Amino acid sequence: MEKAIKRYWPVFVLPTLAAFLIGFVWPFLQGLYLSFCRFITIDNASFNGLKNYIYALQEPEFLHAFGFTALFTVLSTLCINLAALAIALALTREIKGTNLFRSVFFMPNLIGGIVLGYIWNILINCVLTLLGKPLMALHAPYGFWGLIILMCWQQIGYMMIIYIAGLQSIPNDYLEAARIDGATEWQIFWKIKLPNLMPSITICLFLSLTNGFKLFDQNLALTGGDPAHKTETLALNIYQTFYGRSGAQWKGYGQAKAVIFCILVVAIGLIQLKATRSKEVQQ
Amino acid sequence: MGKTNRMTNRVLTVVLGVLSLAWIYPVFMIFFNSLKKETSITTGTAFELPNAESFAGLQNYVDAVASKGFLTAFWYSLVISITSVVLILLCCSMCAWFITRVNRWYSKALYFLFVFSMVVPFQMVMFTLSATADRLHLNSPYTICIIYLGFGAGLAVFMFCGFMKSVPMEIEEAALIDGCTPIQTFFLVVLPILKPTLISVGILETMWLWNDYLLPYLVLDRTKGYMTIPILIQYFRGSFGKVEMGPMMASIMLNIIPIIIVYLAGQKHIIKGVAAGAVKG
Amino acid sequence: MKKRWLALGLTTALSLSLLAGCGGGSSTQSAAPSGDSDKVGSVYYLNFKPEQDEAWQNLAKAYTEETGVPVTVVTAAAGTYEQTLMSEIAKSTPPTLFQVNGPVGLANWKDYCLDLTGSDVLGQLTSDAYALKDGDAVDGIAYVIESYGIIVNKTLLAQAGYSVDDNKSFKNLKDVAESITARKDELGFAAFTSAGMEGTSDWRFKTHLANLPIYFEYQDKGISSTDAIEGTYLDNYKAIFDLYINNSTCDPAVLSSKTGDDSRNEFLAGEAVFYQNGSWEYGNLVGDGKFTDDDLAMIPIYIGAGDEANQGLCTGTENYWCVNKNAKEEDIQATLDFMNWCVTSEEGTKAMAEDMGFVIPFKAAQESPNLFVKQDAAYTAEGKIPVSWNFTTMPSENWKNELGTALTAYAAGTGTWDDVVTKFVDGWASEYAALNG
Repeated sequence: MEKAIKRYWPVFVLPTLAAFLIGFVWPFLQGLYLSFCRFITIDNASFNGLKNYIYALQEPEFLHAFGFTALFTVLSTLCINLAALAIALALTREIKGTNLFRSVFFMPNLIGGIVLGYIWNILINCVLTLLGKPLMALHAPYGFWGLIILMCWQQIGYMMIIYIAGLQSIPNDYLEAARIDGATEWQIFWKIKLPNLMPSITICLFLSLTNGFKLFDQNLALTGGDPAHKTETLALNIYQTFYGRSGAQWKGYGQAKAVIFCILVVAIGLIQLKATRSKEVQQ
Repeated sequence: MGKTNRMTNRVLTVVLGVLSLAWIYPVFMIFFNSLKKETSITTGTAFELPNAESFAGLQNYVDAVASKGFLTAFWYSLVISITSVVLILLCCSMCAWFITRVNRWYSKALYFLFVFSMVVPFQMVMFTLSATADRLHLNSPYTICIIYLGFGAGLAVFMFCGFMKSVPMEIEEAALIDGCTPIQTFFLVVLPILKPTLISVGILETMWLWNDYLLPYLVLDRTKGYMTIPILIQYFRGSFGKVEMGPMMASIMLNIIPIIIVYLAGQKHIIKGVAAGAVKG
Repeated sequence: MKKRWLALGLTTALSLSLLAGCGGGSSTQSAAPSGDSDKVGSVYYLNFKPEQDEAWQNLAKAYTEETGVPVTVVTAAAGTYEQTLMSEIAKSTPPTLFQVNGPVGLANWKDYCLDLTGSDVLGQLTSDAYALKDGDAVDGIAYVIESYGIIVNKTLLAQAGYSVDDNKSFKNLKDVAESITARKDELGFAAFTSAGMEGTSDWRFKTHLANLPIYFEYQDKGISSTDAIEGTYLDNYKAIFDLYINNSTCDPAVLSSKTGDDSRNEFLAGEAVFYQNGSWEYGNLVGDGKFTDDDLAMIPIYIGAGDEANQGLCTGTENYWCVNKNAKEEDIQATLDFMNWCVTSEEGTKAMAEDMGFVIPFKAAQESPNLFVKQDAAYTAEGKIPVSWNFTTMPSENWKNELGTALTAYAAGTGTWDDVVTKFVDGWASEYAALNG
């Protein structure tokens, strides 16, 4: 069988592979190379050594964006997952309207980042105006919390669905056996539900961590980095360096930042993969 | 115990009810603001329902559709999403079948590369990808699907592989022995088994494609006026020399409405698809 | 694990060789059509001014009808010109005609600018001063001269008991504005329209208003550019900005979400007497259901510095056309022809004067019906000295943005004036340093 399929590789693999080379592999390698160059277009790139990296690692705005993104990612991951788990627990209790609630909570996921950003931009700025507080574009903490609220609104539903699927896959016998043994709901949660949910939890943590780190659209539309780059995530900072600045040096800096960013995200991904692998072995 | 349980359930229903109202409110707010006159949409009054003075009827919608190019953007978004999703589903499922059934070093290497591409942030390739797309003339709504196939292959291949590993090979082998070519086997035997995964991958990819902003913004040929809906909405900010809140709100609503209709119609599949996708992933 | 890396390496090598083949193929393909001789070129104009987008589109269409040469006009959204140019210039069909804002902008783009020496369109300029030079090469030519100042609603000013002649200095202006504010409820209008600081329109203050302290400092020192500004007139800058925000239609705290549009609407609705903007606003203010020429006037922006009695409007340009020298030869020729047509033909000059409201520094220019332009000429005739546009020497867009943010924060009370000064002076030095990095 293997042989038969192998002979048909031009049909099965080639289309995807060709597109993959055009759409990922080649740009990736070229990007890697350009991070050591000074360039505006690819044709006029001149080798620049490590200068871009040295600059990127010293730029206060980039470092600030790094701190901002890290803090944002950790906080939003926590908020999203705690809330999603709580709602998932409530929705698996067979209360009235479960389906309706589930649909409503999931809905924001279908709306794109740019649109979400503008919706919340209008809403939060209105609240701030009514409270007589400075707007998001003026006061970085508001922008930060605005972003957290936005992400919670968007992501809770998604994670909730995963948790519900996880909860429903726990065999009912376990729960009933525990109840017969007189375990309280609290004990059941800690001793049975939570351990059995571990795969879902790792998936959700991974998703919200990478979503947080890669956040771009929402950030662009909600605050655009105002005031003065104070609410800029790494992705937006890279974009602004790349396209928001004129002059040949900036593109090299931006590409170097992108490589650093990429290494960070891939590192998180690998750690996560390892964690999931070890969990699978245990099971 | 039953009684306290019923009580907590009742309390929970109320809490969740309030929460879901809060969940819907932002969309509702955009809706009634989109009915207001441009000058009445200000930061201080976004919570006020339109009144006799500020009510603009459907003017903003007419404006967005008639003069601001919403329909073309909608059409391009539709073309891009549909062609790309179909291409991704077809090509990636075939590729994934090959990877899981041909147990050689190169299939493993390929799988590893696909997984790697899934994690890499778009910023890493944004410039070089748009340059490549431009050079190969993949910068129109009708050809950009190849770029999407390339950049979106990671997730799809990963999910298809995850599912296919758990599908027993016996039926396929039987089909091959009966004289089917691998192509026939794939389309007649494998694809039908794959249907649930196809739906779930399709949903995840559609959600991404329909809302994607930066990739089409950088790749699509501006001189031809190609725009998707997210690009159009972003363009309202600052194009034409001003921020046009009215048509922008209307466009946001026009963007959300089809999503909600599709969602209400295919809710079960969508939620199941997401859950299945996540568990597989 | 080792095996996997080896595999990765091999796949990469394979993919590279595949891609090399595919890249080679496409380049021979695209080379073929350009090899044809006598091919008609095309023009791709990346337009900077969103307000004039429609007029440019129409003009391009007219040109194509007349000559058969395709002209594409793309307009970048406000505040994103550099971004758009950055991404467009890297494409296989880059803009053939783009613009820079002056010497600083040119420094970034000079590798792309064709030397226009000897071109027809350069010969049409009325003065050599409108050519943007890099050494001996002429890399850009100004295509529009504009003026800005404070636009006055004369009718309202009269209702408040004053006339335009009462505003001859900063002190006069301040007295008038404060007296209007004191009687705001009784009069039913404010002195100034809201100083909209929203990101797409704060250029009125972070760029245009900021020009004045820079201008006076340059005048004192007898220089035309510097990489280290001292900010000697920043107190005056503060005074005029304070005057704007404290005598305005709205609370300074909400300025950050106000746009230039809001400001214009307030002015049109008769909610304020003064409105800082430029000659390009004429078309938006005068017309059916709007003002007539008799209602309006433009006065210089006095900040209490220099010789106020002889101060004119701020007149200059930040719009220089550049031709992309990396474009195909036939496209470059087509672009030069198009530019020349715009500034010499009846239709082109008419469109630029009337539809776009431009004063163009070219010999064939038609007289503009624009009141503010006429006023500028009148001021100059009276012997007043126009304030030149020195904001073209501002170090970068980023500098302007940061200044804008600091100004907005100051207006809202969340930041201090010291922050503004820091951004202005220290930011200037560090941005100039980065410019040469």
